[in-house]
Amino acid sequence: MPILETQGLTYTYSVGSPFEKTAVDHVDLRIDEGEMVGVMGHTGSGKSTLIQHFNGLLKPTSGKVLLEGKDIWEDKDKIRDVRFKVGLVFQYPEYQIFEETVYKDIAFGPKNMGLDEAEIKRRVMETAEDIGLKEELLDRSPFELSGGQKRRVAIAGVMAMEPKVLILDEPTAGLDPAGRDKILDHIKAYHRRTKNTILIVSHSMEDIAGFADKILVMNKAKLFCYDETKKVFGRSEEISQIGLDVPQITRVFDRLKGRGLDFGKEVYTVGYARDLLLKQLSEREGQ
Amino acid sequence: MLRDITIGQFFPGESLIHRLDPRFKIVMTLLYILMLFTGSHILCLAVGTVYTVMAIALSKIPLKMFLKSVKPLLPFLVITAAINLFLVNTGDVLFRWRFLKITEDGLNISLFMIIRIVLLIMGSSLLTYTTSPIALTDAIERLLSPLKKLHFPVHELAMMMSIALRFIPTLIEETDKIISAQKARGAEIDTGSMITRAKNMVSILVPLFVSSFRRADELATAMECRCYNGGEGRTRLRQLKAAPRDFIALAVTIIFYAAAITVSILLK
Amino acid sequence: MSNIIEIKDLHFSYKGDEETPDVEVLKGIDLNIEQGEFVAVLGHNGSGKSTLAKHINAILLPTSGKVLVDGIDTADEQRLFDLRQRAGMVFQNPDNQIVSSVVEEDVAFALENLGVPYEEMRRRVDESLKAVNMYDYRLHSPSQLSGGQKQRIAIAGVIAMEPKCIILDEPTAMLDPQGRREVMATIKRMNKEKGITIVLITHYMDEAAQCRRVVVMDKGRVVMDDSPKAVFSRVEEVKSIGLDVPQVTELAWELRKAGCDIPGDILTEEECADAIERLFRS
Repeated sequence: MPILETQGLTYTYSVGSPFEKTAVDHVDLRIDEGEMVGVMGHTGSGKSTLIQHFNGLLKPTSGKVLLEGKDIWEDKDKIRDVRFKVGLVFQYPEYQIFEETVYKDIAFGPKNMGLDEAEIKRRVMETAEDIGLKEELLDRSPFELSGGQKRRVAIAGVMAMEPKVLILDEPTAGLDPAGRDKILDHIKAYHRRTKNTILIVSHSMEDIAGFADKILVMNKAKLFCYDETKKVFGRSEEISQIGLDVPQITRVFDRLKGRGLDFGKEVYTVGYARDLLLKQLSEREGQ
Repeated sequence: MLRDITIGQFFPGESLIHRLDPRFKIVMTLLYILMLFTGSHILCLAVGTVYTVMAIALSKIPLKMFLKSVKPLLPFLVITAAINLFLVNTGDVLFRWRFLKITEDGLNISLFMIIRIVLLIMGSSLLTYTTSPIALTDAIERLLSPLKKLHFPVHELAMMMSIALRFIPTLIEETDKIISAQKARGAEIDTGSMITRAKNMVSILVPLFVSSFRRADELATAMECRCYNGGEGRTRLRQLKAAPRDFIALAVTIIFYAAAITVSILLK
Repeated sequence: MSNIIEIKDLHFSYKGDEETPDVEVLKGIDLNIEQGEFVAVLGHNGSGKSTLAKHINAILLPTSGKVLVDGIDTADEQRLFDLRQRAGMVFQNPDNQIVSSVVEEDVAFALENLGVPYEEMRRRVDESLKAVNMYDYRLHSPSQLSGGQKQRIAIAGVIAMEPKCIILDEPTAMLDPQGRREVMATIKRMNKEKGITIVLITHYMDEAAQCRRVVVMDKGRVVMDDSPKAVFSRVEEVKSIGLDVPQVTELAWELRKAGCDIPGDILTEEECADAIERLFRS
């Protein structure tokens, strides 16, 4: 059963005013439990509007969002529960930190859920470990931490609600390569432990290629495609046409194909490219 | 949502009123307010009404917008009218019910007050509707510039005003984002009891303050890098040059003002 | 060619207090940059690269050592505005460096401060806006612009001062790919057409790869200073200080490690495709 599903989801801003704009246009989507999804699309493609529907921050103009098969807007008073089941981490989440200590800030979400102290403590400790925050940091003021650490505190704050679906909007924006790798590794580890569904919005195809089982592409308010990673990068020409990048390594293999050197496989990571080339080279030598 | 609020309520346009020099517009508005308050006869207000209607027509902004500007002050208008209506006891009695009594003078005065206030609001709305906040700030700075000699920080105040104007949209957007982020963590902001709501305001205000200070700090550095050194010896890209139309408009305003004063002296 | 920027044995420490000791951020930097160069300063967060940038513009002053910009000592308070006119600065957050609510007035800000007469100011503002392809937006409000457009406005504001050198402190870190491309294209053009020296502080290796010279910083020191080809061919070293190399360079390096006959200094897709083709057609 899909964990998250949309049916004809449409969202229009400022209905009836001269600024009326349809940001999400009839999107039908089924995301299965446990998937690790990369979300890509231009600024203004509708991807941010789309993800804000998944936890009920925005209400569809028409169409439905189903969580575990149930329309999230069926009972308007229960919408807060949806937000606990679908955790959303915004861009630059460190700017939402407000508590005196790291512990308290991570505990904010679980507290709002009405959990008891022991359960809150368990969750804070566990997520802090998942995201790589050492225990001695928990009593410190989050405002004293480094940029990358603050970002991890903010992500932990949403993870600690133990949402069935975790959505992160550009979790690595503005970080340097080391900070980026660290955060992605911790998210991957969290995924391995919890088996929860994760959606990560990213502009970096290299990053997406490194973690995603499936890729969701938005273009001009419409769903361009939602498919397995290798299939999406197999359409690298179309992807480039709508102005999105494909990994540099994919472009090299596209170039080789153009020169009549077709390896017959979709290449989107360096490791895979190396193995593929070495295998083919040794086969040639064997002949 | 927050971003739907239009701060300053400026309606860009190319009308004659839009194109007038903002300094002249401010002076004319002040004259207009004076006119409304010095004239004590209802005919003065008639003159004022003609002036206002003429200016509104010239601005090409729909009358609806001006009526909207009066709306928030409606309760205040009603109270003012009621006080005058029931508390002024002189003149012929028009209506009596138990201890309530309405007299002719009372009716006149409350009508007079209502028209005066409505004209006042409409007239000053015309200024903000047709002049961008930044042009207003600029004009105020220039009008007040003689005060610099008295060491009044005219430039500094104007700079603060214009930076505030610059950052209003940025901060509104940011507030929107923080609210969404906290809602995503289950904060009850537009639901829940007053106490939870108040508590949750902290989760919005703290990040907003922190980020405003960071912005202020970065902006200060950026300004220094671009050689900002106070108002001394500054030149301006925005040139304010009075055109013949500004003097004509001012002359017309003065004529109306004189007419209103004459009417009120003659009819006293 | 003469040096526009000369940095001699620059040390800088943030002063601590009774509880915390001083933190030395820059530990002896020697660096000369010639007029007209296009240099990337590459390093991870905390490597000292931004601190270095702030010294070129006298936002920070050396604890010891010297920084000269066009012969002006940054510690010379008398010539501060002279210095800042010659070396303009663009910052990371596009929102926090735009002062005015009207694009053209923001571009004019520095000129207003310097007391440039109106006619001259008008000319320079228009030229700068055209140079960054933002002339059509001159009467817009910055809040209506995209991040990339805002950064181009910030660049125009610096160009208007007619500087010899622009220091850009991670100007693309907060932008989307489209914005990053716009900004990179703009600064490349400024370098090529106007001969303005560019110092680009960044942690994006793909941006550094587009420069002519890459200075790599780590722990407050310059650890590499060479052409991008030479720098990125040292894959292991670059990775060990927390930076990326282009995927093509990494692939070539991996293949070399596995014994393939492939050059180690591959930097572009074309070069990589060529090398692989040679490997398979030989």
